[in-house]
Amino acid sequence: MIDNLFLISAAVILISALLTITAHNVVHALLYLVVTMLAVSMVFFLLGASFAAALQIIVYAGAIMVLFIFVTMMLHQGEKSLAQERHLFHFSTSIGAFILTLILFCELIFILFFMPLDIDNALTHTYHSEFISVKQIGKQLYGPYSLLVVISAMMLLSALITAIHISKSAHILPKTTKNQEAKL
Amino acid sequence: MNSWLVPLIILVILLLLGAWSTWLERRLLSLWQDRLGPNRVGPFGLFQVIADMIKIYTKEDWIPPFADKFLFVIAPMIVMIMTLLGFAIIPFSPNIQIAQFDHALLFLLAISSLSVYSIMLAGFSSNSKYALLGAMRTAAQMLSYEVFMGLALMGVVILSDDFSLSAIVQAQSDVWFIVYQPLGFVLFLIAGTAEIHRAPFDLPEAETEIVAGFHTEYSSMKFGMFFIGEYLGVILISSLITTLYFGGWQGPFLPPIVWFILKTGFFILFFILLRAAIPRPRYDQLMIFSWYILLPLSLANLLFTGAIKLAILG
Repeated sequence: MIDNLFLISAAVILISALLTITAHNVVHALLYLVVTMLAVSMVFFLLGASFAAALQIIVYAGAIMVLFIFVTMMLHQGEKSLAQERHLFHFSTSIGAFILTLILFCELIFILFFMPLDIDNALTHTYHSEFISVKQIGKQLYGPYSLLVVISAMMLLSALITAIHISKSAHILPKTTKNQEAKL
Repeated sequence: MNSWLVPLIILVILLLLGAWSTWLERRLLSLWQDRLGPNRVGPFGLFQVIADMIKIYTKEDWIPPFADKFLFVIAPMIVMIMTLLGFAIIPFSPNIQIAQFDHALLFLLAISSLSVYSIMLAGFSSNSKYALLGAMRTAAQMLSYEVFMGLALMGVVILSDDFSLSAIVQAQSDVWFIVYQPLGFVLFLIAGTAEIHRAPFDLPEAETEIVAGFHTEYSSMKFGMFFIGEYLGVILISSLITTLYFGGWQGPFLPPIVWFILKTGFFILFFILLRAAIPRPRYDQLMIFSWYILLPLSLANLLFTGAIKLAILG
């Protein structure tokens, strides 16, 4: 049962990722990316990491992708930008990436069928790993990995300050308030 | 009882409730505004909903030729599906709960963050200026209010030591969490109102400014789905407030389900009164209010709750 569910969500990930790259309409491409995120969260859930699954949806599908679509929605110009996309995207431009991916794929096939790895055993082992609670994650994060938490918090803070700084300096230039603009 | 029968009954009851709360809202609003409201069809105008249904089904189901057809059709479905999914985790009484799992509150946050898509897609696929403006307002509003909705909920999680809603209800058997979390309750109430974009936070569909916002181009049952989805959202937030802060189904003498319905009904009435009583703020005031006032308050609430919990545990 769990094997089948994993295969289905893995197939959904692959197909929607492919459609993300090939879709001409940017908003459609982003929606396929959202579907990819949801399927990835399904895989997390099957692996027993339901906290990671929920965060995947809340943070990636629910916040970051919304901002992406928000911006593209404003820049989208209907048929004009569609034609532009079609003009930009030819099969010939993707040949390099295609060849490289083909090499990786051949490697994967080789590993799966010709290497003496115990892949079946490894897979079943990861499937049926026990349920990971939030408490365990918290203990790990604030125990052995506390330094990483602090460093990532510092990085986020600096990114935040940078964003505020950039938007502030752009904001100072026109010295009119909202009400004045309305009067003008 | 059959395992599929309970969800089916709950689904039917919810859809009927969603439809009839439109009647309730119209009657109560008119009561507070010194009018009569719909009182012609049936006793107290109760059958007005059926008349509205017949009208809405016989209207032309119009898809504008300039719209993105597929997205235009699925957008109203998403809001209905997401709101109804939210009810799956609500413990209506000790033995009536559709799905019981450990990270129910996170599931709820995920659901509420995914329902943004419905409105954004509606606004984008309509391909019209007013719809796009409404969708942009919604996206910004829901993203910013979602942040401290999650932070306000964490106070309850700290108190009950659990993400699952039935455990949260159990933890309130002595004292309701409203006593320990008054600030968290107010924050969640405001965030919930903004999440379901009810008045006074109904800027995405402010008629006086942007026609009807994201559903300007919608007609017939597609508009009906947005409309019923909004009322289902009111019921969902009311039942969540009941579950998280007012002891859920717990109460003396009466059976649990009756207590649940009474408490939830009270908050539904409260939301309707809110619409009648408070004017709509300006859009920039709304955003400043969320980031400058509510976010620091919810962070302080979280820190304070955690500190007290640690101090009591020693």
